[in-house]
Amino acid sequence: MTSFLMRRFVAMIVLLFVISFVTFSLFQLGPADPAAAACGQECTPQRIAEARIALGMDKPFLTQYFTYMSGLVSSHTVGAPGAETLCNWPCLGKSFQTNEDVTTIIGRALPYTLSVASGAIVLWTVAGVGLGLLAALRKGRFADKLIVGGASVGVSLPIPVTGLLLLLLFVSTLDLLPFTTNEIATPFDAAGPGGWFLNYLLPWVALAVLFSAQYIRVTRSNMLETFGEDFMRTARAKGLSRRNIVFKHGARAGITPVVTMLGLDIGGLLGGAVLTEQIFSVPGVGFTAVHAAQSGDLPVTMAITMMAAFFIIVANVVVDIAYAVIDPRVRVA
Amino acid sequence: MTTPEAAAPMLAIRDLRVSFPTDDGVVHAVNGMDLTLARGETVGIVGESGSGKTVTSQALMGLLKDTAAEVTGQILLDGQDLNTLTETRMRAYRGKKIAMIFQDPLSAMHPFYPVGAQIAEAYRVHNDVSKKAAAQVAVDMLGRVGIPDPKRRCAAYPHEFSGGMRQRAMIAMALVCEPELLIADEPTTALDVTVQAQILDLLNELQDETGTSVILVTHDLGVVAEVCHQVVVMYGGECVEQATVAKLFEDPRHPYTQGLLASMPSLAQRSERLNPIPGFPPSLLALPNGCLFADRCPKTHLVPDDACGTRRPTLTGLDGHPSRCHLETLQPTGEVAR
Amino acid sequence: MTPLLEVTDLTKHFPTRSRGFRPGGGGIKAVDGVSFSVDAGQTLGLVGESGCGKSTTGRLLMRLLEPTSGSVRLDGREIAELRSSELQEYRRRVQMVFQNPSSSLNPRQSVGSAIAAPLLAQRITPAGGVKAKVRDLMDRVGLRPDHYNRFPHEFSGGQKQRVGIARALALDPQLIICDEPVSALDVSVQAQVINLLEDIQRDTGVAYLFIAHDLSVVQHFADRIAVMYLGKIMEYGDTPRVFGAPEHPYTRALLSAVPQPDPAADRSGRIRLKGDLPSPADPPRGCVFQSRCPVHTQLDPQRRRLCSESVPSGDIACHHADVAAEMLATTTSR
Repeated sequence: MTSFLMRRFVAMIVLLFVISFVTFSLFQLGPADPAAAACGQECTPQRIAEARIALGMDKPFLTQYFTYMSGLVSSHTVGAPGAETLCNWPCLGKSFQTNEDVTTIIGRALPYTLSVASGAIVLWTVAGVGLGLLAALRKGRFADKLIVGGASVGVSLPIPVTGLLLLLLFVSTLDLLPFTTNEIATPFDAAGPGGWFLNYLLPWVALAVLFSAQYIRVTRSNMLETFGEDFMRTARAKGLSRRNIVFKHGARAGITPVVTMLGLDIGGLLGGAVLTEQIFSVPGVGFTAVHAAQSGDLPVTMAITMMAAFFIIVANVVVDIAYAVIDPRVRVA
Repeated sequence: MTTPEAAAPMLAIRDLRVSFPTDDGVVHAVNGMDLTLARGETVGIVGESGSGKTVTSQALMGLLKDTAAEVTGQILLDGQDLNTLTETRMRAYRGKKIAMIFQDPLSAMHPFYPVGAQIAEAYRVHNDVSKKAAAQVAVDMLGRVGIPDPKRRCAAYPHEFSGGMRQRAMIAMALVCEPELLIADEPTTALDVTVQAQILDLLNELQDETGTSVILVTHDLGVVAEVCHQVVVMYGGECVEQATVAKLFEDPRHPYTQGLLASMPSLAQRSERLNPIPGFPPSLLALPNGCLFADRCPKTHLVPDDACGTRRPTLTGLDGHPSRCHLETLQPTGEVAR
Repeated sequence: MTPLLEVTDLTKHFPTRSRGFRPGGGGIKAVDGVSFSVDAGQTLGLVGESGCGKSTTGRLLMRLLEPTSGSVRLDGREIAELRSSELQEYRRRVQMVFQNPSSSLNPRQSVGSAIAAPLLAQRITPAGGVKAKVRDLMDRVGLRPDHYNRFPHEFSGGQKQRVGIARALALDPQLIICDEPVSALDVSVQAQVINLLEDIQRDTGVAYLFIAHDLSVVQHFADRIAVMYLGKIMEYGDTPRVFGAPEHPYTRALLSAVPQPDPAADRSGRIRLKGDLPSPADPPRGCVFQSRCPVHTQLDPQRRRLCSESVPSGDIACHHADVAAEMLATTTSR
């Protein structure tokens, strides 16, 4: 087990470096000229050349990469010679728009994204796994057909559609819920947990409708497969109660694939729930990324891209480890 | 059927029938199964694929309750008809009075739990003891089935065991509550021949020790000869012959049993040519009116009036060796026809 | 006379996957220095328990796997040296029948076209056309002409195996490698297929390499037997000799473990092997059978040392076959 963890961990570190390098290369070598983007609308060739030096683009590519990555280790200065400003650790460059540290911008956006993600994940996992399990237990009966039918509708509902419908119904028409506000980032803000809950309920539901539909399908099919396994017959032959058979023997095996899905979805969501944040105007990571991309704010876009990739890789490793904890057969591999 | 044990058999199956609705129609998997078993005896249920032997064992275990299967007839265990019990009441019997082991011990054990925990769980279902006490029972049980260093092996997972060890562990799990009846469904089919021999020896030893009755479901007449006292031969979901092992091999009555024995290559004597039974078993979707074996039987010409093709024979015969064949009614002594 | 197939010192090592920073071990010796020969029109039975390397040997002969070392000669020609056109010719002359007839047939291909497939693949048009040839083959294996356009799922296991045999026969091979061809079949059907294989051999003179774990089937079917254990041949000889007077302790134990369909048989003094097969990745040094050998512990220390120091070879791969025979004779009835 320890050597399994070690190998996974080493592989993760290596992969993170590879990803950072690839992302950095894409942004530096891509068609968009960072220097042109940095100096804004009214740009003379001379100012572009200055911007080049200010961005360190006169240096060799690898040097640029190492300078960029060194920000993860210590603070350093950025900007043109003579006009350097300090970029605090951890430094991922400064915004072209506001000259703020990129990490400060991300740090501000992250609580919003965490709020959107956490509630949505809990909601869709409970609803998806619960309903999927129920459908599997009632296979072929009315409840199963209802749940499976609902899931088919759910997966085909894109977030903009659900999101706008929810806003129209609960905010504009029924006036039951407030429109989401920037004032509330976490449950510890002035509005308290209740205010936080109401503020984020609609984004959660919008995400959960889509995701729980997928979770229902995966849970249902895996549970049905598990019910047919020989060890379930053994459990019955031991004289165990139905509840014990289904939950202790069945669910542990049947839900394992859901763990994979969940891990990857969490990883993906922490990189920003782009559509949801846009529709509900939540200034989270996804919202910031879209805004930065539109305004050509390369350092911010690049940092968020890298962060999203990091989250997905870390989630992958967490999934692998979770798998090894759940399934002893994986540990030897 | 007038053996002395028949007065108070531990297990008596009377006209068991099982059918399943499927997309293609109703599958008649078991069409009249009769069996009596005395305490401490081993009975073999022999048949080829589709003969209904596995379905019979599942019906005994009550595993067909709460499924689409329709089960009729009586399964009397110590006088209690198991077929009338609800799923909830049947639970008290499973593992406690009747236990079961399966063909593939790897898939029959839960892959995520240590072997010892799975045995302890089986014990705790029917015995109100602490987890610690049950764990100790599991260690003892694993030792009794011949697994060396049982304390350490209890913490291992099924995939860390070899095939033979896994089947030993399955046997430990099944016998931990000291059941009256053990159903072994092809327990050695997935094992190598040298390991099969070990497991059969173990079953024999444990039976001598505990006095558990055993139903051994198998396709292998060799295995039957090694461990069983009684045999039931199944064909097309019917019990076609029941006898003691000695009688069955010495004097097989039903033409199917005769054909089966003749078609087996034997180590003891090398024959020049095998004698297969021509044709194939009947479709369980549309059973013929007559004898289920009639279209493969070499002896139908001995029975007048095409009885084999039109009337289903009943299980008849004297001296505790009944056979489901019209020849039995023609020649009550059974000697002349053969 | 040169044998049809001559296998000398055939070896196949599978590398074990390295783990983490540790390099992989020496690899698994799935087949380790195996030698045997098959004469034209004869049957060699290759028997052993799971993991003994019998199926790997079959695959090596079909060149579905590349051997690590050793030689395989068909009619004196070394198959490792064949060029691709010659290899095609080799594959025509050597065919295979698989254990599981259901998974070795394409469910969407009719039986007729499955049997015709080898002819089309080799671009061979027999006299009278492909269809006539296929009908003839179907007749030979006991399939009805109206089966031609049916699909595998409409057939029973025994019939599917007949299709597999007809397909193997399509190219008039000299050798058919049968890998557990009747293991998945019921006893009564198994006898049909065995008889069919015997009839075909009598009519066409094809040779079989018959890979099986069922000793009674092999005894019935094979002219010569090779008993394998952990990648090595333990005993090799004519069937009546090996079954009638087995010399290797493993062969004796194997025969003694087969359940006898005769309740009156004498069951006293049978040899029971203890424990399970050792891992093929870590076999005992010297004689691979020593860890389960029923006489090993009774040998005097000097003899026992020989078992762990040197690898026995020859048709009876045992250092102490004579002593073992004496020791087991006192306890064995066979």
